[in-house]
Amino acid sequence: MVSLMPTIIAVSELSKIYESRFQALKGINLDIRRGEIFALLGPNGAGKTTLISIICGIVKASTGSVRVAGHDSVADYRAARAMIGLVPQELTTDAFESVWGAVSFSRGLFGKPANPQHIEKVLRDLSLWDKRDSKIMTLSGGMKRRLLIAKALSHEPEILFLDEPTAGVDVNLRRDMWQLVRGLQASGVTIILTTHYIDEAEEMADRIGVISKGEIILVDDKAELMRKLGRKQMILQLQTALEHIPPALAAYQLELSGDGNELIYTFDAQDERNGIVALLKDLNDAAIAFKDLHTTQSSLEDIFVSLVKDEK
Amino acid sequence: MNWHAMHAIYFFEMARTRRTLLQSVISPVISTSLYFVVFGAAIGSRIDEIEGISYGAFIVPGLIMLSLLTQSVANASFGIYFPKFTGTIYELLSAPVSYLEVAAAYVGAAASKSIILGLIILATAGLFVPLHVAHPFWMLLFLVLTAVTFSLFGFIIGIWADNFEKLQLVPLLIITPLTFLGGSFYSINMLPPVWQTITLFNPVVYLVSGFRWSFYDVADVSVGISLFMTLSFLGVFLVIVAWIFKTGYRLKT
Repeated sequence: MVSLMPTIIAVSELSKIYESRFQALKGINLDIRRGEIFALLGPNGAGKTTLISIICGIVKASTGSVRVAGHDSVADYRAARAMIGLVPQELTTDAFESVWGAVSFSRGLFGKPANPQHIEKVLRDLSLWDKRDSKIMTLSGGMKRRLLIAKALSHEPEILFLDEPTAGVDVNLRRDMWQLVRGLQASGVTIILTTHYIDEAEEMADRIGVISKGEIILVDDKAELMRKLGRKQMILQLQTALEHIPPALAAYQLELSGDGNELIYTFDAQDERNGIVALLKDLNDAAIAFKDLHTTQSSLEDIFVSLVKDEK
Repeated sequence: MNWHAMHAIYFFEMARTRRTLLQSVISPVISTSLYFVVFGAAIGSRIDEIEGISYGAFIVPGLIMLSLLTQSVANASFGIYFPKFTGTIYELLSAPVSYLEVAAAYVGAAASKSIILGLIILATAGLFVPLHVAHPFWMLLFLVLTAVTFSLFGFIIGIWADNFEKLQLVPLLIITPLTFLGGSFYSINMLPPVWQTITLFNPVVYLVSGFRWSFYDVADVSVGISLFMTLSFLGVFLVIVAWIFKTGYRLKT
Protein backbone atom coordinates (compact mmCIF):
# COMPACT_ATOMS: atom_id res chain seq x y z
CA MET A 1 0.00 0.00 0.00
CA VAL A 2 2.89 2.30 0.82
CA SER A 3 4.18 1.99 -2.74
CA LEU A 4 1.03 3.75 -3.95
CA MET A 5 1.56 6.72 -1.68
CA PRO A 6 2.78 10.03 -3.10
CA THR A 7 6.28 11.32 -2.57
CA ILE A 8 6.66 13.49 0.51
CA ILE A 9 10.41 14.13 0.28
CA ALA A 10 12.17 14.40 -3.06
CA VAL A 11 15.96 14.61 -2.99
CA SER A 12 17.46 15.52 -6.32
CA GLU A 13 21.14 15.43 -7.39
CA LEU A 14 22.22 16.29 -3.87
CA SER A 15 25.96 16.68 -3.30
CA LYS A 16 27.97 17.90 -0.37
CA ILE A 17 31.63 18.80 -0.35
CA TYR A 18 32.91 20.04 3.02
CA GLU A 19 35.54 22.77 3.37
CA SER A 20 38.07 20.03 4.00
CA ARG A 21 37.27 18.95 0.39
CA PHE A 22 35.79 15.70 1.67
CA GLN A 23 32.85 14.77 -0.52
CA ALA A 24 30.20 13.37 1.78
CA LEU A 25 27.40 13.03 -0.78
CA LYS A 26 27.65 12.41 -4.52
CA GLY A 27 24.56 13.29 -6.52
CA ILE A 28 21.95 11.64 -4.30
CA ASN A 29 18.49 11.04 -5.77
CA LEU A 30 15.93 9.70 -3.36
CA ASP A 31 12.16 9.79 -2.95
CA ILE A 32 10.49 9.14 0.40
CA ARG A 33 6.83 8.15 0.25
CA ARG A 34 4.18 9.57 2.50
CA GLY A 35 3.35 7.28 5.40
CA GLU A 36 6.22 4.84 5.02
CA ILE A 37 9.00 3.80 7.34
CA PHE A 38 12.18 4.20 5.37
CA ALA A 39 15.41 2.79 6.79
CA LEU A 40 18.67 4.25 5.60
CA LEU A 41 21.51 1.83 6.12
CA GLY A 42 25.16 2.44 5.66
CA PRO A 43 28.51 2.02 7.35
CA ASN A 44 30.09 4.79 9.43
CA GLY A 45 30.97 7.81 7.32
CA ALA A 46 28.70 6.73 4.47
CA GLY A 47 26.83 10.06 4.48
CA LYS A 48 23.64 9.16 6.38
CA THR A 49 23.78 11.99 8.90
CA THR A 50 24.92 14.51 6.28
CA LEU A 51 21.93 13.59 4.11
CA ILE A 52 19.50 13.97 7.02
CA SER A 53 21.16 17.21 8.13
CA ILE A 54 20.76 18.76 4.69
CA ILE A 55 17.10 17.75 4.46
CA CYS A 56 16.46 19.24 7.91
CA GLY A 57 18.36 22.47 7.17
CA ILE A 58 21.32 21.97 9.49
CA VAL A 59 23.93 21.58 6.75
CA LYS A 60 24.06 23.42 3.43
CA ALA A 61 24.05 21.38 0.24
CA SER A 62 26.81 22.06 -2.29
CA THR A 63 24.51 21.27 -5.20
CA GLY A 64 21.08 19.75 -5.72
CA SER A 65 17.74 20.30 -4.07
CA VAL A 66 15.32 18.90 -1.50
CA ARG A 67 11.57 19.33 -1.70
CA VAL A 68 9.36 18.53 1.28
CA ALA A 69 5.72 18.07 0.26
CA GLY A 70 6.52 20.29 -2.72
CA HIS A 71 8.24 22.99 -0.67
CA ASP A 72 11.85 23.74 -1.56
CA SER A 73 13.90 23.25 1.61
CA VAL A 74 15.87 26.47 0.98
CA ALA A 75 13.53 28.88 -0.80
CA ASP A 76 10.48 27.82 1.22
CA TYR A 77 12.26 26.61 4.33
CA ARG A 78 9.55 27.64 6.77
CA ALA A 79 6.90 25.39 5.25
CA ALA A 80 9.39 22.58 4.69
CA ARG A 81 10.90 22.58 8.18
CA ALA A 82 7.56 22.98 9.96
CA MET A 83 6.64 19.51 8.70
CA ILE A 84 9.77 17.83 10.04
CA GLY A 85 10.78 16.57 13.46
CA LEU A 86 14.36 15.46 14.04
CA VAL A 87 15.73 13.16 16.70
CA PRO A 88 19.51 13.51 16.57
CA GLN A 89 22.00 10.77 17.16
CA GLU A 90 23.73 12.49 20.08
CA LEU A 91 21.95 13.03 23.40
CA THR A 92 22.06 16.81 23.09
CA THR A 93 19.94 18.48 25.74
CA ASP A 94 19.92 21.60 27.87
CA ALA A 95 20.84 19.95 31.16
CA PHE A 96 19.41 22.66 33.42
CA GLU A 97 15.97 22.89 31.79
CA SER A 98 12.95 20.88 32.96
CA VAL A 99 11.40 18.20 30.77
CA TRP A 100 8.19 20.19 30.39
CA GLY A 101 10.08 23.40 29.62
CA ALA A 102 12.28 21.76 27.01
CA VAL A 103 9.39 20.13 25.16
CA SER A 104 7.26 23.28 25.30
CA PHE A 105 10.21 25.30 23.98
CA SER A 106 10.52 22.99 20.98
CA ARG A 107 6.84 23.39 20.13
CA GLY A 108 7.13 27.18 20.21
CA LEU A 109 10.34 27.13 18.19
CA PHE A 110 8.53 25.33 15.40
CA GLY A 111 5.87 28.01 15.28
CA LYS A 112 3.05 26.29 17.14
CA PRO A 113 1.00 27.99 19.87
CA ALA A 114 1.17 26.50 23.37
CA ASN A 115 -0.87 23.32 23.74
CA PRO A 116 -0.43 21.76 27.19
CA GLN A 117 -2.80 18.89 26.31
CA HIS A 118 -0.62 17.81 23.40
CA ILE A 119 2.59 18.12 25.43
CA GLU A 120 0.98 16.02 28.17
CA LYS A 121 -0.05 13.36 25.64
CA VAL A 122 3.44 13.19 24.17
CA LEU A 123 5.05 12.93 27.60
CA ARG A 124 2.59 10.25 28.69
CA ASP A 125 3.12 8.27 25.45
CA LEU A 126 6.84 8.34 26.11
CA SER A 127 6.52 7.52 29.82
CA LEU A 128 7.98 10.88 30.79
CA TRP A 129 4.93 12.39 32.45
CA ASP A 130 6.19 11.61 35.95
CA LYS A 131 9.43 13.38 35.11
CA ARG A 132 7.86 16.52 33.65
CA ASP A 133 9.22 18.79 36.39
CA SER A 134 12.62 17.09 36.64
CA LYS A 135 15.71 18.75 35.33
CA ILE A 136 17.08 17.02 32.27
CA MET A 137 20.43 16.40 33.95
CA THR A 138 18.70 14.03 36.38
CA LEU A 139 17.34 11.77 33.62
CA SER A 140 18.86 8.45 32.59
CA GLY A 141 20.24 7.95 29.09
CA GLY A 142 17.10 6.15 27.97
CA MET A 143 14.90 8.93 29.32
CA LYS A 144 16.98 11.54 27.53
CA ARG A 145 16.55 9.61 24.30
CA ARG A 146 12.78 9.60 24.84
CA LEU A 147 12.91 13.30 25.68
CA LEU A 148 14.54 14.01 22.31
CA ILE A 149 11.71 12.12 20.64
CA ALA A 150 9.18 14.10 22.69
CA LYS A 151 10.80 17.36 21.57
CA ALA A 152 10.69 16.22 17.95
CA LEU A 153 7.01 15.30 18.28
CA SER A 154 6.04 18.43 20.18
CA HIS A 155 4.97 20.34 17.07
CA GLU A 156 3.03 17.42 15.54
CA PRO A 157 5.33 16.85 12.54
CA GLU A 158 4.25 14.89 9.49
CA ILE A 159 7.77 13.60 8.96
CA LEU A 160 10.04 12.25 11.67
CA PHE A 161 13.76 11.65 11.24
CA LEU A 162 15.29 9.24 13.71
CA ASP A 163 19.06 9.23 13.51
CA GLU A 164 20.24 6.05 15.24
CA PRO A 165 17.25 6.11 17.64
CA THR A 166 18.15 3.01 19.61
CA ALA A 167 21.92 3.44 19.80
CA GLY A 168 22.98 2.49 23.31
CA VAL A 169 19.53 1.72 24.69
CA ASP A 170 18.56 -1.52 26.37
CA VAL A 171 16.47 -4.24 24.77
CA ASN A 172 13.21 -3.30 26.48
CA LEU A 173 13.46 0.34 25.54
CA ARG A 174 14.34 -0.67 22.00
CA ARG A 175 11.16 -2.70 21.77
CA ASP A 176 9.18 0.21 23.21
CA MET A 177 10.67 2.51 20.59
CA TRP A 178 9.73 0.15 17.80
CA GLN A 179 6.19 0.08 19.14
CA LEU A 180 6.14 3.87 19.32
CA VAL A 181 7.39 4.17 15.75
CA ARG A 182 4.71 1.79 14.53
CA GLY A 183 2.11 3.82 16.39
CA LEU A 184 3.36 7.02 14.77
CA GLN A 185 3.21 5.43 11.34
CA ALA A 186 -0.34 4.32 12.04
CA SER A 187 -1.21 7.93 12.81
CA GLY A 188 0.11 8.98 9.40
CA VAL A 189 3.63 10.12 10.24
CA THR A 190 6.33 9.34 7.69
CA ILE A 191 9.43 7.99 9.38
CA ILE A 192 12.98 7.94 8.14
CA LEU A 193 15.43 6.15 10.37
CA THR A 194 19.10 5.48 10.14
CA THR A 195 20.43 2.57 12.04
CA HIS A 196 23.39 0.29 12.46
CA TYR A 197 21.09 -2.46 13.69
CA ILE A 198 20.07 -4.43 10.64
CA ASP A 199 17.45 -6.30 12.63
CA GLU A 200 15.87 -2.96 13.44
CA ALA A 201 15.50 -2.13 9.75
CA GLU A 202 14.32 -5.65 9.06
CA GLU A 203 11.76 -5.38 11.82
CA MET A 204 10.51 -1.87 11.11
CA ALA A 205 11.05 -0.69 7.58
CA ASP A 206 8.75 -0.72 4.56
CA ARG A 207 11.60 0.27 2.29
CA ILE A 208 15.33 0.24 2.68
CA GLY A 209 18.00 2.42 1.16
CA VAL A 210 21.66 1.57 1.34
CA ILE A 211 24.18 4.39 1.21
CA SER A 212 27.87 3.85 0.83
CA LYS A 213 30.64 6.40 0.23
CA GLY A 214 28.11 9.16 -0.35
CA GLU A 215 26.09 7.27 -2.95
CA ILE A 216 22.76 5.54 -2.72
CA ILE A 217 23.57 2.11 -4.04
CA LEU A 218 20.17 0.56 -3.59
CA VAL A 219 16.59 1.45 -2.67
CA ASP A 220 13.89 -1.16 -2.60
CA ASP A 221 10.94 -2.53 -0.71
CA LYS A 222 12.27 -4.58 2.14
CA ALA A 223 10.38 -7.70 1.11
CA GLU A 224 11.48 -7.26 -2.50
CA LEU A 225 15.06 -6.71 -1.42
CA MET A 226 15.00 -9.86 0.62
CA ARG A 227 13.46 -11.75 -2.26
CA LYS A 228 15.82 -10.45 -4.90
CA LEU A 229 19.05 -10.61 -3.04
CA GLY A 230 18.28 -13.20 -0.42
CA ARG A 231 20.04 -16.48 -0.95
CA LYS A 232 18.49 -19.65 0.31
CA GLN A 233 20.33 -22.66 1.54
CA MET A 234 19.06 -26.21 1.84
CA ILE A 235 20.86 -28.26 4.47
CA LEU A 236 20.65 -32.03 4.26
CA GLN A 237 21.52 -34.07 7.32
CA LEU A 238 23.03 -37.28 6.03
CA GLN A 239 22.46 -40.73 7.43
CA THR A 240 26.10 -41.60 6.83
CA ALA A 241 28.93 -39.09 6.91
CA LEU A 242 30.76 -38.43 3.65
CA GLU A 243 34.51 -37.98 3.24
CA HIS A 244 34.11 -35.99 0.05
CA ILE A 245 31.44 -34.90 -2.39
CA PRO A 246 31.02 -37.37 -5.25
CA PRO A 247 32.13 -36.01 -8.66
CA ALA A 248 28.63 -36.70 -10.04
CA LEU A 249 27.30 -33.91 -7.82
CA ALA A 250 29.99 -31.35 -8.73
CA ALA A 251 27.55 -29.26 -10.84
CA TYR A 252 25.56 -28.35 -7.71
CA GLN A 253 28.57 -26.72 -6.01
CA LEU A 254 27.65 -28.36 -2.74
CA GLU A 255 29.47 -27.70 0.52
CA LEU A 256 30.25 -30.45 3.00
CA SER A 257 30.26 -29.65 6.71
CA GLY A 258 33.44 -30.29 8.67
CA ASP A 259 32.23 -33.57 10.17
CA GLY A 260 30.83 -34.75 6.82
CA ASN A 261 27.31 -35.09 8.21
CA GLU A 262 25.71 -32.18 6.32
CA LEU A 263 25.48 -31.25 2.69
CA ILE A 264 24.69 -27.61 2.00
CA TYR A 265 23.11 -26.49 -1.26
CA THR A 266 22.85 -22.76 -2.00
CA PHE A 267 20.27 -21.64 -4.54
CA ASP A 268 18.57 -18.55 -5.88
CA ALA A 269 15.30 -18.04 -4.03
CA GLN A 270 13.62 -16.26 -6.92
CA ASP A 271 14.59 -18.79 -9.58
CA GLU A 272 11.73 -21.18 -10.25
CA ARG A 273 14.18 -23.78 -11.57
CA ASN A 274 16.26 -23.90 -8.47
CA GLY A 275 17.60 -27.44 -9.04
CA ILE A 276 16.27 -28.97 -5.83
CA VAL A 277 14.31 -31.74 -7.55
CA ALA A 278 17.26 -32.66 -9.73
CA LEU A 279 19.62 -32.63 -6.75
CA LEU A 280 17.39 -34.93 -4.72
CA LYS A 281 17.18 -37.34 -7.68
CA ASP A 282 20.95 -37.32 -8.17
CA LEU A 283 21.49 -37.90 -4.47
CA ASN A 284 19.21 -40.90 -4.69
CA ASP A 285 21.11 -42.17 -7.74
CA ALA A 286 24.37 -41.76 -5.84
CA ALA A 287 22.89 -43.73 -2.93
CA ILE A 288 23.34 -40.83 -0.52
CA ALA A 289 20.54 -41.00 2.00
CA PHE A 290 19.53 -38.15 4.33
CA LYS A 291 17.47 -38.22 7.46
CA ASP A 292 16.34 -34.60 7.58
CA LEU A 293 16.50 -31.35 5.65
CA HIS A 294 15.76 -27.69 6.31
CA THR A 295 16.20 -24.37 4.51
CA THR A 296 17.50 -20.97 5.66
CA GLN A 297 17.29 -17.56 4.01
CA SER A 298 19.83 -14.71 4.08
CA SER A 299 19.10 -12.04 6.63
CA LEU A 300 19.10 -8.36 5.76
CA GLU A 301 22.45 -8.18 7.50
CA ASP A 302 23.91 -10.71 5.07
CA ILE A 303 22.52 -8.68 2.19
CA PHE A 304 23.85 -5.41 3.58
CA VAL A 305 27.32 -6.81 4.22
CA SER A 306 27.35 -8.28 0.75
CA LEU A 307 26.30 -4.99 -0.87
CA VAL A 308 28.80 -2.86 0.99
CA LYS A 309 31.56 -5.40 0.37
CA ASP A 310 30.79 -5.31 -3.35
CA GLU A 311 31.13 -1.53 -3.28
CA LYS A 312 34.61 -1.82 -1.83
CA MET B 1 7.35 36.22 11.23
CA ASN B 2 7.50 33.21 13.52
CA TRP B 3 6.31 35.01 16.66
CA HIS B 4 5.91 31.78 18.59
CA ALA B 5 9.57 30.94 18.01
CA MET B 6 10.73 34.39 19.06
CA HIS B 7 8.53 34.19 22.14
CA ALA B 8 9.92 30.72 22.95
CA ILE B 9 13.57 31.78 22.60
CA TYR B 10 13.06 35.04 24.48
CA PHE B 11 11.37 33.47 27.48
CA PHE B 12 13.72 30.48 27.45
CA GLU B 13 16.61 32.92 27.82
CA MET B 14 14.83 35.01 30.45
CA ALA B 15 14.13 31.80 32.38
CA ARG B 16 17.88 31.17 32.46
CA THR B 17 18.25 34.46 34.34
CA ARG B 18 15.70 33.32 36.91
CA ARG B 19 17.59 30.05 37.34
CA THR B 20 20.88 31.88 37.80
CA LEU B 21 19.59 34.85 39.77
CA LEU B 22 22.65 34.99 42.02
CA GLN B 23 25.07 35.13 39.11
CA SER B 24 22.90 37.22 36.78
CA VAL B 25 21.59 39.97 39.03
CA ILE B 26 22.77 39.82 42.61
CA SER B 27 26.47 39.49 41.76
CA PRO B 28 26.64 42.64 39.55
CA VAL B 29 24.62 44.59 42.12
CA ILE B 30 27.05 43.62 44.88
CA SER B 31 30.03 44.52 42.65
CA THR B 32 28.52 47.92 41.89
CA SER B 33 27.79 48.55 45.56
CA LEU B 34 31.45 47.82 46.31
CA TYR B 35 32.49 50.37 43.67
CA PHE B 36 30.35 52.96 45.48
CA VAL B 37 31.88 52.07 48.82
CA VAL B 38 35.46 52.24 47.49
CA PHE B 39 35.27 55.04 44.90
CA GLY B 40 32.27 56.92 46.21
CA ALA B 41 32.67 56.85 49.96
CA ALA B 42 36.32 55.99 50.72
CA ILE B 43 38.23 57.69 47.87
CA GLY B 44 35.45 59.93 46.58
CA SER B 45 35.27 61.87 49.83
CA ARG B 46 38.83 63.10 49.16
CA ILE B 47 38.11 64.12 45.55
CA ASP B 48 36.73 67.52 44.66
CA GLU B 49 33.44 67.90 42.84
CA ILE B 50 33.65 67.42 39.07
CA GLU B 51 31.83 70.09 37.13
CA GLY B 52 29.72 70.80 40.17
CA ILE B 53 28.79 67.16 40.79
CA SER B 54 29.94 65.13 43.79
CA TYR B 55 32.34 62.37 42.79
CA GLY B 56 30.00 59.66 44.09
CA ALA B 57 27.16 60.92 41.90
CA PHE B 58 29.48 61.60 38.97
CA ILE B 59 30.48 57.92 38.64
CA VAL B 60 26.89 56.57 38.68
CA PRO B 61 26.35 56.74 34.88
CA GLY B 62 29.80 55.23 34.29
CA LEU B 63 29.12 52.36 36.68
CA ILE B 64 25.78 51.63 35.08
CA MET B 65 27.43 51.73 31.66
CA LEU B 66 30.19 49.37 32.88
CA SER B 67 27.60 46.79 33.96
CA LEU B 68 25.45 47.40 30.92
CA LEU B 69 28.29 46.76 28.47
CA THR B 70 29.77 43.73 30.21
CA GLN B 71 26.42 42.11 30.97
CA SER B 72 24.99 42.74 27.49
CA VAL B 73 28.01 41.12 25.89
CA ALA B 74 28.12 38.28 28.42
CA ASN B 75 24.40 37.48 28.27
CA ALA B 76 24.11 37.50 24.49
CA SER B 77 27.37 35.67 23.83
CA PHE B 78 26.57 32.94 26.34
CA GLY B 79 22.98 32.66 25.09
CA ILE B 80 23.99 31.65 21.57
CA TYR B 81 27.27 29.93 22.49
CA PHE B 82 25.69 27.53 24.99
CA PRO B 83 23.50 25.73 22.39
CA LYS B 84 26.59 25.44 20.19
CA PHE B 85 28.54 23.98 23.11
CA THR B 86 25.86 21.48 24.16
CA GLY B 87 24.84 20.61 20.60
CA THR B 88 21.24 21.77 21.00
CA ILE B 89 21.88 24.29 18.21
CA TYR B 90 20.61 21.57 15.84
CA GLU B 91 17.10 22.40 16.94
CA LEU B 92 17.50 26.09 16.20
CA LEU B 93 18.98 25.38 12.77
CA SER B 94 16.28 22.91 11.81
CA ALA B 95 13.36 25.08 13.00
CA PRO B 96 11.20 27.18 10.65
CA VAL B 97 12.71 30.35 12.01
CA SER B 98 14.75 33.01 10.22
CA TYR B 99 18.12 34.19 11.44
CA LEU B 100 16.62 37.62 11.94
CA GLU B 101 14.07 36.17 14.34
CA VAL B 102 16.77 34.16 16.14
CA ALA B 103 18.97 37.23 16.55
CA ALA B 104 16.07 39.46 17.60
CA ALA B 105 15.00 36.98 20.28
CA TYR B 106 18.49 36.34 21.70
CA VAL B 107 19.53 39.99 21.52
CA GLY B 108 16.16 41.10 22.89
CA ALA B 109 16.49 38.78 25.88
CA ALA B 110 20.10 39.78 26.56
CA ALA B 111 19.27 43.48 26.26
CA SER B 112 16.21 43.08 28.51
CA LYS B 113 18.32 41.50 31.22
CA SER B 114 20.93 44.25 30.95
CA ILE B 115 18.34 47.02 31.06
CA ILE B 116 16.69 45.48 34.13
CA LEU B 117 20.11 45.18 35.72
CA GLY B 118 20.96 48.78 34.82
CA LEU B 119 17.77 50.01 36.47
CA ILE B 120 18.47 47.90 39.56
CA ILE B 121 21.96 49.40 39.78
CA LEU B 122 20.45 52.85 39.36
CA ALA B 123 18.11 52.15 42.25
CA THR B 124 21.03 50.76 44.29
CA ALA B 125 23.04 53.92 43.55
CA GLY B 126 20.16 55.95 44.92
CA LEU B 127 20.88 54.37 48.32
CA PHE B 128 24.42 55.79 48.30
CA VAL B 129 24.21 59.15 46.54
CA PRO B 130 21.50 61.70 45.73
CA LEU B 131 20.42 61.03 42.14
CA HIS B 132 19.20 63.45 39.56
CA VAL B 133 18.19 62.55 36.02
CA ALA B 134 18.00 65.71 33.90
CA HIS B 135 16.77 64.03 30.71
CA PRO B 136 14.87 60.82 31.57
CA PHE B 137 13.87 60.12 27.96
CA TRP B 138 17.45 60.38 26.73
CA MET B 139 18.65 58.35 29.69
CA LEU B 140 16.30 55.52 28.73
CA LEU B 141 17.18 55.89 25.04
CA PHE B 142 20.92 55.61 25.71
CA LEU B 143 20.25 52.72 28.09
CA VAL B 144 18.22 50.78 25.52
CA LEU B 145 20.43 51.63 22.53
CA THR B 146 23.60 50.66 24.37
CA ALA B 147 22.08 47.43 25.69
CA VAL B 148 20.85 46.41 22.23
CA THR B 149 24.09 47.42 20.50
CA PHE B 150 26.33 45.50 22.86
CA SER B 151 23.98 42.54 22.99
CA LEU B 152 24.42 42.39 19.22
CA PHE B 153 28.16 42.52 19.77
CA GLY B 154 27.87 39.70 22.31
CA PHE B 155 25.78 37.68 19.86
CA ILE B 156 28.58 38.05 17.29
CA ILE B 157 31.18 36.95 19.86
CA GLY B 158 29.04 33.96 20.81
CA ILE B 159 28.85 32.81 17.21
CA TRP B 160 32.56 33.44 16.62
CA ALA B 161 33.76 31.69 19.79
CA ASP B 162 34.44 28.00 19.57
CA ASN B 163 35.60 27.60 23.16
CA PHE B 164 34.98 29.21 26.55
CA GLU B 165 38.34 30.99 26.47
CA LYS B 166 37.39 32.93 23.35
CA LEU B 167 34.02 33.67 24.89
CA GLN B 168 35.74 35.43 27.81
CA LEU B 169 38.53 36.98 25.74
CA VAL B 170 36.74 40.01 24.32
CA PRO B 171 34.79 41.01 27.47
CA LEU B 172 37.86 40.68 29.69
CA LEU B 173 40.57 42.05 27.43
CA ILE B 174 38.65 44.66 25.43
CA ILE B 175 35.31 45.68 26.93
CA THR B 176 36.37 46.04 30.56
CA PRO B 177 39.63 48.00 29.88
CA LEU B 178 37.88 50.28 27.38
CA THR B 179 35.12 50.99 29.89
CA PHE B 180 37.56 51.77 32.68
CA LEU B 181 39.54 54.04 30.32
CA GLY B 182 36.41 55.52 28.78
CA GLY B 183 35.67 58.09 31.46
CA SER B 184 33.55 55.91 33.72
CA PHE B 185 35.33 57.16 36.82
CA TYR B 186 36.62 60.53 35.61
CA SER B 187 36.02 63.29 33.10
CA ILE B 188 38.38 63.09 30.15
CA ASN B 189 38.94 66.84 30.66
CA MET B 190 40.99 65.81 33.72
CA LEU B 191 43.53 64.10 31.41
CA PRO B 192 46.57 65.77 29.79
CA PRO B 193 45.74 67.09 26.27
CA VAL B 194 47.54 64.23 24.47
CA TRP B 195 45.61 61.60 26.38
CA GLN B 196 42.36 63.47 25.80
CA THR B 197 42.95 63.09 22.06
CA ILE B 198 43.92 59.43 22.37
CA THR B 199 40.87 58.73 24.54
CA LEU B 200 38.57 59.96 21.78
CA PHE B 201 39.48 56.78 19.86
CA ASN B 202 37.85 54.79 22.65
CA PRO B 203 34.24 54.17 21.59
CA VAL B 204 33.07 53.80 25.19
CA VAL B 205 33.86 57.48 25.83
CA TYR B 206 30.89 58.46 23.66
CA LEU B 207 28.54 56.04 25.38
CA VAL B 208 29.49 57.15 28.90
CA SER B 209 29.49 60.83 27.96
CA GLY B 210 26.05 60.72 26.39
CA PHE B 211 24.65 58.72 29.27
CA ARG B 212 26.18 61.08 31.85
CA TRP B 213 24.74 64.06 29.97
CA SER B 214 21.26 62.57 30.35
CA PHE B 215 21.82 62.61 34.13
CA TYR B 216 23.67 65.86 34.83
CA ASP B 217 23.59 67.89 31.64
CA VAL B 218 27.38 67.74 31.46
CA ALA B 219 29.31 65.83 28.80
CA ASP B 220 32.88 65.24 27.60
CA VAL B 221 31.71 65.27 23.98
CA SER B 222 28.60 66.68 22.33
CA VAL B 223 25.49 64.60 22.98
CA GLY B 224 24.77 64.61 19.24
CA ILE B 225 28.13 62.96 18.57
CA SER B 226 27.46 60.46 21.36
CA LEU B 227 24.15 59.50 19.81
CA PHE B 228 25.68 59.34 16.33
CA MET B 229 28.49 57.07 17.57
CA THR B 230 26.06 54.80 19.44
CA LEU B 231 23.92 54.44 16.33
CA SER B 232 27.05 53.86 14.25
CA PHE B 233 28.11 50.96 16.47
CA LEU B 234 24.60 49.59 16.21
CA GLY B 235 24.79 49.87 12.41
CA VAL B 236 28.21 48.18 12.24
CA PHE B 237 27.09 45.27 14.41
CA LEU B 238 23.87 44.88 12.42
CA VAL B 239 25.91 44.66 9.21
CA ILE B 240 28.18 42.01 10.74
CA VAL B 241 25.19 40.00 12.00
CA ALA B 242 23.56 40.26 8.55
CA TRP B 243 26.78 38.95 6.97
CA ILE B 244 26.92 36.07 9.47
CA PHE B 245 23.35 35.12 8.60
CA LYS B 246 23.96 35.36 4.89
CA THR B 247 27.03 33.16 4.96
CA GLY B 248 26.07 30.88 7.86
CA TYR B 249 29.48 31.69 9.40
CA ARG B 250 30.23 29.29 12.26
CA LEU B 251 26.61 28.14 12.21
CA LYS B 252 26.28 25.93 9.16
CA THR B 253 28.90 23.84 7.42
